[in-house]
Amino acid sequence: MPIITYRDALNQALREEMQRDDRVFIMGEEVAVYQGAYKVSKGLLQEFGEMRVVDTPITELGFAGVGVGAAMVGLRPVIEFMTWNFAVLALDQVLNAAAKMLYMTGGQYNVPMVFRGPNGAALQLSAQHSQAFESWLAHIPGIKVVTPGTPYDAKGLLKSAIRDDNPICFLEGEMLYNNKGEVPEEEYLIPIGVADLKREGDHATIVTNGKMVLVAMKAADELAKEGINIDVVDLRTVRPMDVEAIKASVMKTNRCVVLEEGWELCGIGAQVVDYVQRDCFDYLDAPVIRVHQADVPMPYAKNLERHAKPDVPKTIAAVKKVMYID
Amino acid sequence: MAKQKKVDGKQPAGSGDAELHKSLLHSMLLQRRFEERVAEAYALGKIGGFCHLYIGQEAVSTGSLSLLRPDDYVITTYRDHGQALARGMTPRSIMAELFGRVDGCVHGKGGSMHLFDRNLNFMGGHGIVGGHVPIATGVGFAIKYRGGDQVMICFMGESVVNTGAFHEALNMAGLWKLPVVYVIENNRYGMGTSLERASAIHDIYERGAAYNMNRAQCDGQDVFAVREAMAEAIERARTEQRPTLLEVRTYRFMGHSMSDAVSGTYRPKAELEEWQKRDPIVLLRTFMHERGEIDDAGVQAMDDEVKAVVQDSWDFADASPEPPLEALYEDVLVESTT
Ligand SMILES: Cc1ncc(C[n+]2csc(CCOP(=O)(O)OP(=O)(O)O)c2C)c(N)n1
Ligand SMILES: [Mg+2]
Repeated sequence: MPIITYRDALNQALREEMQRDDRVFIMGEEVAVYQGAYKVSKGLLQEFGEMRVVDTPITELGFAGVGVGAAMVGLRPVIEFMTWNFAVLALDQVLNAAAKMLYMTGGQYNVPMVFRGPNGAALQLSAQHSQAFESWLAHIPGIKVVTPGTPYDAKGLLKSAIRDDNPICFLEGEMLYNNKGEVPEEEYLIPIGVADLKREGDHATIVTNGKMVLVAMKAADELAKEGINIDVVDLRTVRPMDVEAIKASVMKTNRCVVLEEGWELCGIGAQVVDYVQRDCFDYLDAPVIRVHQADVPMPYAKNLERHAKPDVPKTIAAVKKVMYID
Repeated sequence: MAKQKKVDGKQPAGSGDAELHKSLLHSMLLQRRFEERVAEAYALGKIGGFCHLYIGQEAVSTGSLSLLRPDDYVITTYRDHGQALARGMTPRSIMAELFGRVDGCVHGKGGSMHLFDRNLNFMGGHGIVGGHVPIATGVGFAIKYRGGDQVMICFMGESVVNTGAFHEALNMAGLWKLPVVYVIENNRYGMGTSLERASAIHDIYERGAAYNMNRAQCDGQDVFAVREAMAEAIERARTEQRPTLLEVRTYRFMGHSMSDAVSGTYRPKAELEEWQKRDPIVLLRTFMHERGEIDDAGVQAMDDEVKAVVQDSWDFADASPEPPLEALYEDVLVESTT
């Protein structure tokens, strides 16, 4: 199987879907001439022309709305945000337009579109450029929120997102674009809303998503050296959330850690813990522990940033805590 | 009524004040030498994250801020090293910030994009394109509210004019007559997108018409042209409490940030080289040379002095400790007094 980057996997998904359906177009800052701020749209302008690969001014609210309008009358826009930090400016269109339209119009207008771009912290980009938005978006009924952690998932899920008849928020990882993984040559789709058991073990469960999947896998590798075997449940989609997958794993291992990139309060982990306590109360051998970013804006200094981010050592410590080791 | 004015900067409109010219040259040279070392430190990994250099645009910061009073206000974007230095922030406090050290102007919390100094009314250093423009309008509102005669100078790149925040903020300033000078540093590109590919009109100062705002355009490579246009705008804000939209035509000599190419498909090398012929520092130096205000030895002495100051800031930053880990949780909220 070919081994390609997360970036190229996304690029393939876009290209294939644009070839398949001429209603699909991509719009955003630097997507065309510059070939994408992170080169995800590389080559698309050359292949599909400037009507389907559209550079915009820096007007997130505006072009997100352009996407909604175009989707309401039958096109299938892929709106790229240079990062989700800037998508905050467009949240009105996501929250008050895209997510509400079907309901508000009594089922007359659906909004088949994708809002996508990198999410979360990279390195030393400090407070305004280092935020993970999945929990903010997951709060909103009327959209789906997808957070692939591997090249394979990125491709299969983006293709499904583009074909979906609903508005999809698709959160990539800036730090993931260069990561490599196996991606089959033949076409495949991954259903939205289905988690993936990325690694199997009996001792404890780590529930995670997005970029944190890599952290969970590394933590599991380390723990395996000490004879501790971990189930890594990659949610892949945080809305809708695959509750059955979480339950199945926790009922098997009886111990659970939730690892997420964002802040603690009202985070993704809070929701996971709620499902676990509701459905797995009698199966738990320890309270569920959460690993997340420190409850502060992201600082610039290297040492402070490291201290603020969820990482492998913090995840290992959490697993050991639910196992009452040390 | 708003009027339209174009300043022709081809002939430097400098007075005979040799001391003033020296201080302008010094200010620009400090920015240049400082950022050359910043690029070096970035390559060495001493500076991280996004880092946007100002090289090529120094006449705008120096020309504008050399006219301000200490109690005036300044706000800008992530491309903020030049303005911070021109406003009088010390090279030490800025370099230490870029190095992520405790002696940095915001103690390592902000980095390159978020330089602040409350003592100098230097209000940042903002990373979201357009986000700081309404803030500038808010400061203008506060000045008027308190009956002061200060001025707020708000710098921004030309791409900002396409954001909703810009439109909302300038409309309020025009409507309420606030003492703000909105300075558009039109360096022709926002990342890889040229002005012509992003804005429906290409003479940006014309946008002032929509806000019933005085407006002008000037040459941003010529520090005297900047000063002349700014002097008028500042005076208008200070005495009449009326805003101005000033478009300054300039060019960035470096890539958008340290991680972007200097030239490429979006802008040809020849165009860059053409603009480099109008290096603002060379223009002023040549002008001073011709008038006998400075000789080669004088230029050399100034350069040596500036380089030593920059080296000192580097040494200072290098020696400054990392912030203590407890600092992570500090300054999220203030202790409320009520
Ligand atoms: C709302 C928002 N969208 C996108 C970005 C990413 N971005 C940072 S700078 C920039 C270009 C801005 O260009 P301009 O305003 O001309 O300023 P210059 O960089 O030329 O000084 C972009 C697109 C951002 N920071 N904020
Ligand atoms: Mg620009």
